[in-house]
Amino acid sequence: MTAGAIGREIDGRSWLVGLLRAREIGIVLLIAIVVIVTSVHNSHFLTANSVQQLLSGAAIVALLGVGETLVLVTRNVDLSVGSVLGLSAYVVGDLFKHEHIPVWSGFVIGIAVGMVCGAVNGLIVTALRVPSLVVTLGMLYVVRGVDSKIVNGNRIDPDAIPNSFTAVGYKNILGVPWLAVIVAIVVVVVGFVMRSMRSSRELYAIGSNPDAAALAGIPIGRRVFSAFVVSGGLAGLGGALFLALHAQIDNSGGTGYELTVVAAAVVGGVAIFGGSGSVVGAALGALLLNTVSQALVASRVSSFWNDAIAGGLLLCAIAFDRWLSLRVTRSLLSAERSTA
Amino acid sequence: MTSDVVARPAPARSSGNGSSGNGVAHRLRSVLRWEAGLVVVLAAVLIYGSGESSTFLTGTTLFNLGYNVGYIAIMAMPMTFIVMTGEIDLSVASMLGLSGSMVGYLWHHGWGIWPAMLVAIVVGVVGGALNGFLVVRVGLPSIAVTIGSLTLYRGIAEILLGSQTIPAPNDRPFPTWFDNLGALGVAGSQLTWSTLFFLVFAVIFGVILHLTSLGRSLYAIGLQPEAAQFTGIRVARIKFWLYVASGVFCAFAGILLTAQNASVTYNAGTGLELNVVAMVLFGGVSIFGGRGTIPGVVLSIAIFATLQIALTDQNVDPNVQNIITGLLLLISVIVPNGGEALRRLRSRLRRPPRRR
Repeated sequence: MTAGAIGREIDGRSWLVGLLRAREIGIVLLIAIVVIVTSVHNSHFLTANSVQQLLSGAAIVALLGVGETLVLVTRNVDLSVGSVLGLSAYVVGDLFKHEHIPVWSGFVIGIAVGMVCGAVNGLIVTALRVPSLVVTLGMLYVVRGVDSKIVNGNRIDPDAIPNSFTAVGYKNILGVPWLAVIVAIVVVVVGFVMRSMRSSRELYAIGSNPDAAALAGIPIGRRVFSAFVVSGGLAGLGGALFLALHAQIDNSGGTGYELTVVAAAVVGGVAIFGGSGSVVGAALGALLLNTVSQALVASRVSSFWNDAIAGGLLLCAIAFDRWLSLRVTRSLLSAERSTA
Repeated sequence: MTSDVVARPAPARSSGNGSSGNGVAHRLRSVLRWEAGLVVVLAAVLIYGSGESSTFLTGTTLFNLGYNVGYIAIMAMPMTFIVMTGEIDLSVASMLGLSGSMVGYLWHHGWGIWPAMLVAIVVGVVGGALNGFLVVRVGLPSIAVTIGSLTLYRGIAEILLGSQTIPAPNDRPFPTWFDNLGALGVAGSQLTWSTLFFLVFAVIFGVILHLTSLGRSLYAIGLQPEAAQFTGIRVARIKFWLYVASGVFCAFAGILLTAQNASVTYNAGTGLELNVVAMVLFGGVSIFGGRGTIPGVVLSIAIFATLQIALTDQNVDPNVQNIITGLLLLISVIVPNGGEALRRLRSRLRRPPRRR
């Protein structure tokens, strides 16, 4: 983002800048390559049905990736998203079972549960100035524990959930799964806000240089707090969607999601040290990881290869980012030398 | 490390009015206070446990301690050093699974147990070296690298074993002495081999950290890597070898876990990385590096382990026990910073509200 602005001033390096800016395009190309190569081997890979599965499968991780991006950009991290997803999914399911709440309120309650968790994270991190990695790691356990306490060995079965709610998990609109539509709307809205609004640009400023951001008068505490609340809220919405998709829930929903979500964001070009990355990138990162795993299934490569390839991909992505930023630094230095 | 802006604590050393000697003394005092607190917590857990169950303070508990956390505790030792230098290794549990899977894979293909174990350790060296190379030479953030290798190593384990449990029904069983390594105590006592190994490692790591110049360099690297570099500490080399050590110890823990279960699946120990990090942080090691002690981490491990047994004796659902794990972790960062936050709040209230 900032590199793009600086880079524009350097003549002859615009291709590099273009590449940097177009991280999202790079991922789209990669997804396209995977899809094409796979569909050559297996003609069923490009059928509507399997593409729909692909999108639904990636949707929830992509949604969590959007929230995670906001937090990562400020040089923080939210490891509690998986637990928050599990808690909100069960709470919503439980209310459907025992209180017969209306379908729409399931989503509202899911988001609310998530926002409360996010607010606790944000409050501890900003008011007490303690490292978010430790706080959200603690919350990962606390929220999962609270979830298990509420679940108490029970589970919510499909017959307890209204059909119109689970329909969100399997119905399509114009051939696109509802899940993907909802997540796409979130990505577009948050993506627009992150590009255009002052307060969200300040998130990037905080992540790029906290001291400078403080000197510039940015209310760091409030901004970081909001990032955590949004991340929690989206994880809560993710919980409601998770329930709609799987139509059942026990105390293990969303276990281990936290690192997958961070991985998707990092593959999507979100810097783990803050200051750069876009929510579209994070969502595409989730889509890429899911496309690869589906492609393996379709190519009849044993699904056992899944994790190894995802891990290799992640390592390549961060190494590539590093290489790119070194190139930019070098070109900036040489530009400086030629003007001096 | 993902250090955060807001969260970066304002440490005593930045207050500026004291001499450097004061700063060290202050830090020493705060460290000791933390460990004293841990001792109190441990005593409280022991009293609680023995009050609730008459069998708590017996050898059985000692055996269960080793059985439940011995192999996790071994992984916490190199993790302590890595966090001390301001880095992190999230791939530990995957390395444990990979090492066990390697033993299982080779065993399945007719290898002897000794060569299989040797190869598993070599895998630990290679895996640790890959992490170290990417973090130190390529200069990538350790949290991102090790999330990647977490997935990669678990993935390789999955490729090796697939959905099999080794020894498979048509396999030879593991040698009896190997199974006994995990199932029986040392020389008929209730002390498990994993506990014994852990205690030996804890002494070694403790001596290195607190009595050698290498240990002092770890603090220096964690507090200020550039300054450490200028004083002649080989920062890159030390960090690299710490990752290799982490790989080796996790591989060793993987072998122990395989022996303990008398079998192995690719997903052994999934998710333990966060438990290890939690133990290290609760032991008073700063996530920013430069602060922490081995006795603190050992106490923290003892607290987690005994609390788990005490609560299981009370039939508290293991998942609900997570609440306590999480709260302990939160307390470990909130208590040292709470006083600072209160002071800030008070000074803000006292200041007349000029702006806003």
